[in-house]
Amino acid sequence: MLEVKNLYKEFNNRPILKDISFTLKDGEIMTIVGPSGAGKTTLLRIIAGLETKDSGEILIDSQAYDSGKVGVVFQDYNLFPNLNVLQNITLAPTMVLKESKEEANKKAYELLNRLQMNGREKQYPYELSGGQKQRVAIARALAMKPRILCYDEPTSALDPNLRKEVEKMILGLKKSGLTQLIITHDLQFAENVADQMLKVQPLSEG
Amino acid sequence: MSLKYIGEILPALFNGATMTLSIFFWTIILATPLGILVSLGEMSKIKPIKWLVNFYVWIMRGTPLLLQLIFVFYGLPIIHIVFPRYQAALLAFVLNYAAYFAEIFRGGFQSIDKGQFEAAKVLRLNRWQTMTQIVIPQVIKIVLPSIGNEVINLVKDSSLVYVIGLGDLLRAGNVAMARDVTLIPLVLVGVIYLLLISICAFVLKKLEKYFSYYR
Ligand SMILES: Nc1ncnc2c1ncn2[C@@H]1O[C@H](COP(=O)(O)OP(=O)(O)OP(=O)(O)O)[C@@H](O)[C@H]1O
Ligand SMILES: [Mg+2]
Repeated sequence: MLEVKNLYKEFNNRPILKDISFTLKDGEIMTIVGPSGAGKTTLLRIIAGLETKDSGEILIDSQAYDSGKVGVVFQDYNLFPNLNVLQNITLAPTMVLKESKEEANKKAYELLNRLQMNGREKQYPYELSGGQKQRVAIARALAMKPRILCYDEPTSALDPNLRKEVEKMILGLKKSGLTQLIITHDLQFAENVADQMLKVQPLSEG
Repeated sequence: MSLKYIGEILPALFNGATMTLSIFFWTIILATPLGILVSLGEMSKIKPIKWLVNFYVWIMRGTPLLLQLIFVFYGLPIIHIVFPRYQAALLAFVLNYAAYFAEIFRGGFQSIDKGQFEAAKVLRLNRWQTMTQIVIPQVIKIVLPSIGNEVINLVKDSSLVYVIGLGDLLRAGNVAMARDVTLIPLVLVGVIYLLLISICAFVLKKLEKYFSYYR
């Protein structure tokens, strides 16, 4: 369970997020919507430990946590271009979780299978389409067994057909028990996947 | 032009070429890691380190290598710091080339997208793992063409050791020319330099090709 309580964040004395509070239960999906510049990405980055907060509390299972419990699918994926698909996925599990190569490879193949990406293990990111890169980014994040997976606008770079696919994939991951937090501008998509929706508004000056 | 004469002077020229190659390889081997360290210093958040390193790079790039060579070998003994010829040459070359390499590496490091660091962070890779597995491999690919240019310059610059009396390829040619009053040794020296530089260019091409497995 993820709890955010009275989160406050400013950049250069300009408040960006104020009084943000919500609870996301295990296995549920929350979407974050709101106009451009409202602070959605900032909120996600704070939860993922990439940005500091100014005040408030963020807890997982009622405890403070270090980053790593939260997986991130970045808007432009940030795959490692010098590593192939399999290496992108297995790098952290082998180096950080100290999994054996065989173990990590086996799990990576399973993940790729589940995301309908089998057969692409040896390809490099530049050889993949946007939608395929996104699946690799999801597999890479899932291989670290995060409690929560966050996405920053997962449908923004995809055509309508692929959007449906992402929707199916996200609901499939939900079935497997994954807790997900999704920033999106696509209200239809948000309605279709969300258990709850958080609306973030831009704050006026002062 | 007699083949017999060429055969006679070639051993001396090859001997000189060994000195040239020795300066060349040792400079690359020592200046590359030093250049990476210096580039990290240039990007350091600790101000005094940054200033010191920037000052060093400014001096090295802002004054002629020839002056630096003369300074180390003929100048420093005046204040009782004495290096043998070869060590003096190597010191000047390594310090000079490390500064040029550092500027190139700094550009390489700074061109890595900060998203790469963030992706590594949420995957809980530590700094060392991030550098060795993700950043440095990408930096090498980026800097390879510029480092290649410097390496080719180095082959030619190595002839500057002539001024402190080291027996390199150029000196060997010059000695033979003065003794035998013929142009042939200098032409051969030119041919050997061309050969060395062509080999360098070939190896660099191969390296760049190796790194083209990703974009
Ligand atoms: N590192 C930063 N330093 C200063 N200001 C920042 C920084 N990051 C974001 N901001 C500002 O915070 C505000 C919120 O940015 P954020 O990226 O969170 O918006 P967003 O809701 O994700 O917008 P979009 O829908 O366009 O992606 C913006 O006004 C932005 O300029
Ligand atoms: Mg955003």
